[in-house]
Amino acid sequence: MTREDIKTYVLDYLAGRMTCKEFVEIITDYLDGSLSLLNRIRFHLHLGLCLGCRVYLRQMKHTIETLGRLPDEPVPPAVREQLLQRFRTWKNT
Amino acid sequence: MRQVGVSTPDQFEAYELELSRRAPVPKTDYPNKAGIEPPGRRPAAEELLLLERLRNGDEAAFTLLVERYHASLIRLAQAHVSDRSVAEEVVQETWMGVLEGLDRFEGRSSLKTWIFRIVTNKAKTRGVRESRHVCFSSTGALDEEAEEPTVDPSRFRTSGHWADYWASYPQPWDEGTPEKIVLTKEGSAYLEQAIQALPSNLRQVLILRDVEGLSSKEVCAMLQLSEANQRVLLHRARSRVRRALEQYLEEGIRPA
Repeated sequence: MTREDIKTYVLDYLAGRMTCKEFVEIITDYLDGSLSLLNRIRFHLHLGLCLGCRVYLRQMKHTIETLGRLPDEPVPPAVREQLLQRFRTWKNT
Repeated sequence: MRQVGVSTPDQFEAYELELSRRAPVPKTDYPNKAGIEPPGRRPAAEELLLLERLRNGDEAAFTLLVERYHASLIRLAQAHVSDRSVAEEVVQETWMGVLEGLDRFEGRSSLKTWIFRIVTNKAKTRGVRESRHVCFSSTGALDEEAEEPTVDPSRFRTSGHWADYWASYPQPWDEGTPEKIVLTKEGSAYLEQAIQALPSNLRQVLILRDVEGLSSKEVCAMLQLSEANQRVLLHRARSRVRRALEQYLEEGIRPA
């Protein structure tokens, strides 16, 4: 075994034998807290060793945050007025 | 596409350094509208007061409710029915349903969840009538979709010891990215388009969870989904939106 082989083996072992391809598929499970303990450990080991997946996870968090801040289009005044009319009718029944 | 292959230790270090210069991401996993109104922990006092004012026929309270939820209801209805005008009708019916049910509403869920349940049911009925509604119980379609990877396989190495690891790392985004997108007209139009482009079932889950900040439990009950299926749909939807944002940020793709 060369030094390079050992390094590869250790890295692979520490990364929980999780590939990036697997990592990107279980991010929502991780964020929802539904990973098993073992998979959570594997996830964290991989995350700690893989810069690409750290970036990817951050992008996913940014995506979620962006979605949560999506601005609403304003209610057209005509629609608001119409709904208010219905409210008045409802109130008087 | 702009890609950075990071292969040598030097490049790696430079990249890591570049990353560390950027401000850390806030620790919240779910920064969404729920950040203001956490699901299940809604400020009950505000809601009770609003409810009381509504029952007393307070027009300002009703206007507040309309301002707060009308756009969300339209967006949600559109995930079930294809046509914008049909969605608008569904939302009109929803508001009537809200008024009719107001006296019977017991506050076992938040007002928001209750209203969203009404629109979902009405839109579902309408969607079935239009016969384009995606039925979640036909799990065949869902399973098939679940098999598909959410990230383009060409982003990963195909052979060697590091097969299925990144071929080139994704680009880090600036910390201000969410603000940058939602605070510009172009950015929010683009995001809205990216959501609209999702298939109906993915869109329903994504809107309820990430845009509106409902809990997984509430969404599962509303859409009659198992938690596992809901997560699959949510993950697929998020991944597609992430890809769309990547195209916007890195490849200069703009809303049509």
